[in-house]
Amino acid sequence: MFIRKTLRRKALLSKIVRHLASIAALVLLGGLLSATLVRLAPGFDADERDLDPSLNAESVRALRQSRAGEQHILSFYAGYLFGVAHGDLGTSHALGQPVQNLLRERWPVTVRVAGLGLLLAWLAASALAFTACLWRLPAYEILGTTLSGAFLCIPAAVLALLSVILNAPGYLAIALIVFPRIYRYSRNLLAKAYSLPHIIAARARGLGEVRILAWHVLPVAGPEMIALAGVTVSIALGASIPVEALCGLPGIGQLAWQAALSRDLPLLVNITVLVTLVTLLANSGADVMTYMLKPREELA
Amino acid sequence: MLGNRKRPMNAARKLACVVVLAVCAVSLAANWLAPAGYAKQFREAPSAPPSRQHLLGTDEVGRDRFARVLYGTRISLLLAPASALVSTVLAALVGGLAGYLGGIWLRLARGFTDLFLSLPWLFLLITVRAILPLNVSPLVSVLITFLVLGLLGWAASARVLSTSADALRNSDFVLQARASGLHGSRLFLVHVLPNLKPVLYAQFWISIPVFILSEANLGILGLGVAEPLPSWGSLLRELEGLISFREEPWRLVPLLLLMVVMTSFQLLLSNQEASV
Repeated sequence: MFIRKTLRRKALLSKIVRHLASIAALVLLGGLLSATLVRLAPGFDADERDLDPSLNAESVRALRQSRAGEQHILSFYAGYLFGVAHGDLGTSHALGQPVQNLLRERWPVTVRVAGLGLLLAWLAASALAFTACLWRLPAYEILGTTLSGAFLCIPAAVLALLSVILNAPGYLAIALIVFPRIYRYSRNLLAKAYSLPHIIAARARGLGEVRILAWHVLPVAGPEMIALAGVTVSIALGASIPVEALCGLPGIGQLAWQAALSRDLPLLVNITVLVTLVTLLANSGADVMTYMLKPREELA
Repeated sequence: MLGNRKRPMNAARKLACVVVLAVCAVSLAANWLAPAGYAKQFREAPSAPPSRQHLLGTDEVGRDRFARVLYGTRISLLLAPASALVSTVLAALVGGLAGYLGGIWLRLARGFTDLFLSLPWLFLLITVRAILPLNVSPLVSVLITFLVLGLLGWAASARVLSTSADALRNSDFVLQARASGLHGSRLFLVHVLPNLKPVLYAQFWISIPVFILSEANLGILGLGVAEPLPSWGSLLRELEGLISFREEPWRLVPLLLLMVVMTSFQLLLSNQEASV
């Protein structure tokens, strides 16, 4: 018993370490790719100040020399990494403010809007999926499928626009964007779990529905639903761009949109790397939790 | 050929097929149905309600909304399959070849696709779109938008294809072909690729609605097709000025058309997705 526990703990620890190592590698590689894209983007070495008539030739030359270190991709990336290690993510070209300050100001809004949207979507989708599987009424299933299908057909930005027209809060738009994905996946998972022979047998023996759900269905469908939770974080963060941009919410999504429109590449790349990091952490967290919830017999 | 058994089409899928074909046909006939074109301004009638002359009214600058819907549908419905083709070819090259070669190539390709898939789609799209010039001619903006979609949308398909190709690599008939002396590109082209066709077709069709929705999102955010060229994205952007649905319900026509087409694609693809 003790040996099995120790082995399990060791396996869990090595899983966490592997995840952290792969996250570090992916972020480094993603950062290098982003830096390369920024460096190769048209108009990278152009600066509006070069055309400023109030600057003399010597000042313009000094400005160009200050950008000379950014010419080589690897040295540009090394400089960027050095800055990141010291808490300096660079300065936004369009807003003229340090990127880390902008992220610090905007992040809480996104966490609140995306978090509330996710919570609402999960509550609505899982309630609908559970009841659809419990009651097994064709009309109810058709309602759920039609509702989720309709929301899947509408672009996220249109749902954001509709929420503005109808004076609905931004998190509701995020909930409606995420809801159909959760509903369809969890509905299929639950239907699969309910069709397992031991659950059919439990039903035939007259076991209560709540007991079947808690003791037999959730242990089967739970791990995959946790994995889905990790994926929905990424969907909610992606949805935050149109929702925050069109609903006028000052979060990371709106900042990314403003950076894209003004081609503020340093800011945009930092936001993308940060969002990727959050997504990877959410997915890895879900993976580790799934591992922890798996029955011991299965792991053995 | 493996997994190439055809399934009968039910009534809903037949109807969906007819709807998509009808919308495509009507959009291709835009030159005859709306001869004035998408850019002509009727300056005497800006923001006009529907009439016999302008079936869906005019926009703020007096352009016929019906003509813009037809031309916009044509652009979105023709270029989304083009993007899907680009992404499927890339997926076949990366995923198919990596799965066929196996070993380090497969691990490298999976690492690369994981990196791509871990980036939230819309963040990646707007980052790459912003890296490319925004102030370009409308035609170039169409090409850039759909090329970006095609070049970035390959990762999920590549993941599926690498798994299928990996399974084929270890299948009995490939082993037998190897034992008979067949190697390299000939083995890949003659035995592996034809058996990947069903997965390739499925990935191609699945990508089309994804790209239609992505273009619509980019267009609404002002990062898609440039004016005066219409697309579903730029047409839906007009909803921004809508105060209530009752006042100008005809402005919802592009959204309803998009929903009808997307629902049709969902019905058509329900079988494809199940087969992958």
